[in-house]
Amino acid sequence: MFYPIQLLADWLTYTVFGIIPKTLLASAVNFFIFDTIKIFILLAGIIFIVSIIRSYLPPEKIRVILSRKNKYIGNVPASLLGIITPFCSCSAIPLFLGFVQAGVPLGTTFSFLIASPMINEVALVLLLGLFGWKIAIIYIVTGLIISILSGVVIGSLKVENLVESFVYENSVNGNNLELPSLSRIERINYALDYTTDILKKVWPYILVGIGLGAWIHGYLPADFLVEYAGSGKWYAVPLAVLIGIPLYSNAAGVIPLVSALTEKGVSMGTTLAFMMSVTALSLPEFMILKKVMKIKLIFIFAGIVSVGIVFTGYLFNIILK
Amino acid sequence: MQTLKNNMKLEVIGSGCKKCKALFELTEIVAKELGIHDTVLYSTDINKIVAMGLMSSPVLTVNDKPVLVGMLPDKERLKEIISKNI
Repeated sequence: MFYPIQLLADWLTYTVFGIIPKTLLASAVNFFIFDTIKIFILLAGIIFIVSIIRSYLPPEKIRVILSRKNKYIGNVPASLLGIITPFCSCSAIPLFLGFVQAGVPLGTTFSFLIASPMINEVALVLLLGLFGWKIAIIYIVTGLIISILSGVVIGSLKVENLVESFVYENSVNGNNLELPSLSRIERINYALDYTTDILKKVWPYILVGIGLGAWIHGYLPADFLVEYAGSGKWYAVPLAVLIGIPLYSNAAGVIPLVSALTEKGVSMGTTLAFMMSVTALSLPEFMILKKVMKIKLIFIFAGIVSVGIVFTGYLFNIILK
Repeated sequence: MQTLKNNMKLEVIGSGCKKCKALFELTEIVAKELGIHDTVLYSTDINKIVAMGLMSSPVLTVNDKPVLVGMLPDKERLKEIISKNI
């Protein structure tokens, strides 16, 4: 499918730039050009498609679906719907309040809040483009399981008392909300706007990520990191999760970088855990959530998700050897 | 081309994030270009968003009616949205 892009990358590297084939420089430049073009084509296509779907299912409609669901069953659709919802930490509070005040159970709300940033379209494109569809599917499925189970656990802990009291003082009825109806043209415009908005935001990170990745690909020896981060090192997974927490805003740059690191000996489970930590555990989001819940609940939430991610890391370090 | 309207209430409500401020600034510029003399309001009261039944930030309202939810459009599109709703 990407064969024409490879031809273009070859032509640019060897003919236009005149780099001698089979050198380290050629390998790095060729890798950079090929990956960059491929990723941007995938990004534009997939974000556009997801935005069109989303224009039919905004969070306000999702809330109506979820508020009718049973306490535990709701975690499954909540996590699935989280996939198509974009997550910006600026919407964390209105989402949380909007769900809880409309009667969506706390555990279900958390399932959504975990899945939404963790399984986002930008991460998916990068996984698909740089790791292949198998890893992308493993990431989606384990991500879903983590969000569903974390939500179920939080729901069963009866931690409603750790939510700030003002949250439960108001209630909203989301059922008869009239959203401005959209024509087909408006949906397409919305999707185009959204796609350019995201691309504008992530392109520098992706370029830097792929650039560093290309350098690593071309210049670092193949087993460079085995000694430090191979699957035999027990501390690699928790360490990767810890490093991932403050990196959220750079997810777009981090994924291309780690894709190159896996070639150099970082094991796949550790890589998966790292990427999940980068997307699902975000320091700015935790700070913002302090407005609506006690710190203890934020720790419980982060703790449960971290345990899930660390477990995933160890599991795939064993399975994908 | 310019429509001269008064007593319009344009308000940007957001959580105070970058995107919200950017939308506020863009709205001010567009309002001026559309000949709207009333000041554009800026609020960080999230409860207003939730009370309207919405769940994304930022929100732009024209006379308390939400016309744009959860995104930052480019200038031309914003102009189109505002002029459609005044």
